Formats: sequence, structure tokens, C-alpha cells
Amino acid sequence: MAKSNKPIVWGPFAAGGTLTAFLTPVLIVLTLLAGFGHVPDLLGYEALRAFAAHGVVKMGLVVVVFLSLWSAAHRLRITCYDLGLRADTLVATLVYALAIAGTVAAAIALLRLTPA
Amino acid sequence: MSRKPYVREMTSEWITRHPRYLRYLLREFSCLFIGGWTLMMVWGLARLAQGPAAWAAFLETLQSPASIVLQALALAFAVYHAVTWFNLTPKALPVQLGDEFVADGVISGAHFAVWGLLSLVVLLLAGAF
Repeated sequence: MAKSNKPIVWGPFAAGGTLTAFLTPVLIVLTLLAGFGHVPDLLGYEALRAFAAHGVVKMGLVVVVFLSLWSAAHRLRITCYDLGLRADTLVATLVYALAIAGTVAAAIALLRLTPA
Repeated sequence: MSRKPYVREMTSEWITRHPRYLRYLLREFSCLFIGGWTLMMVWGLARLAQGPAAWAAFLETLQSPASIVLQALALAFAVYHAVTWFNLTPKALPVQLGDEFVADGVISGAHFAVWGLLSLVVLLLAGAF
């Protein structure tokens, strides 16, 4: 029987696409406000640290980072193919590896974060 | 493999053939900005874990003109991704009630409404006002 790994890579892409559609614009507004010097309360050191040190929040953040990076990686892979880059296995390996590396980096940073 | 499969030549000439191809590509390029911004947030989390001084330095980086331009671009692309994504929801999630399918506008409209409400709630909870 022919096996396909399509659902495995496509599932997180669809989930991530939905999540980034709902959440990413407003999160960028928060960092953009901080960029303009109007730092939202949550992005103050004490507040953000207390927030992100919570176990449930840590898990949520890792999920958000993973799904965002994975859906971006998947889309980039398909776009490379559409633009005529036919080395799909190489491209797929690179972009998915980057997504996983970013997720691992986020998890490590969060593990180092202890409640004050 | 001894056989030589025929591989049709593929160029990127198609992009300019029709405006909708260009819009498609623009939508796909949103992944660079969403992915890039997310990686920046991962960097921010790492700085947060290093302590108050590192976090303050990260916030300062956010204020550089280059980062403001990139974030504004990222916001535009993220909104474009959201709009195109929600416009496609009636195709991806058709809802049938009895014999009739729920109108496309109702399904995508519900997504837009939830999106707006959720964004407002996040801004309020994060103390952005």
C-alpha cells in the first residue's frame, strides 16, 4: 500500500495557519506598540516573567511557536516549489528543521524561566 | 534508477501572467514575515530568561527604525494572511443545515467577528490601552 506522510506535515500547517490568522496580527501590534515606546503592561519585565513562568502558559507558548513556525515552513516549502526550485526533499528538510530548532530554542528558554 | 523520468521545465515566468498569481505569491510570502517575527519572539523569550537587563536590551532593539519597519511589514502581511485565510473558510469548512448549506458570507463573517473580538480581548488583557 502506498504510504503518504502528507497528513502529518499538512495537519500542523492547517492548525498553524488558523492560529496565526487569529493571533499573530494582534501579537505584532503588541510588539509594534513596544517599538513605538508605548510598552503594553504585559511586556514589562516583571509582568511578562510572572506570566511566562506559569506552566500552562509555557506549554501554550511552545505550541504557538511550533504551529506558527511549522505553517510558515510548510508554506515556504510549497512556494519554493512554485518558484521552480525542484529540490523539494532538501528544501523540506531545511525548513522543517528550522521550525523544529526554533521550537526547541523556545522550550529551552522557557525551561530556564523560573517563577520569581 | 536507470530510467530517465521526464521533468517538465519550470520557471517563475508565470508570476506576472495574471494579477491573481501575483496576489497568490504575495499571500505565500506572508510566511517569511510570520516565521521571521515568530523567530524574533523566540529570541525575545531567550532574552527574557537572561534577566531584566537582557529584556530591556531586547525592548530597545524593538525600537530601532529597521525593526519598526520590519514589524509594520510583518503586521501588513499577517493581516493579509488572516483575511485570505478566513475568506477561504467556507471552502474548507462547509456547514450543512438540513438540505441547505450555510451561506459563505456567514461562515467567513463569523471568523472575522471572532478575530476582531479576540484581538480586542488580547489588547485589553495585555494592557495595551
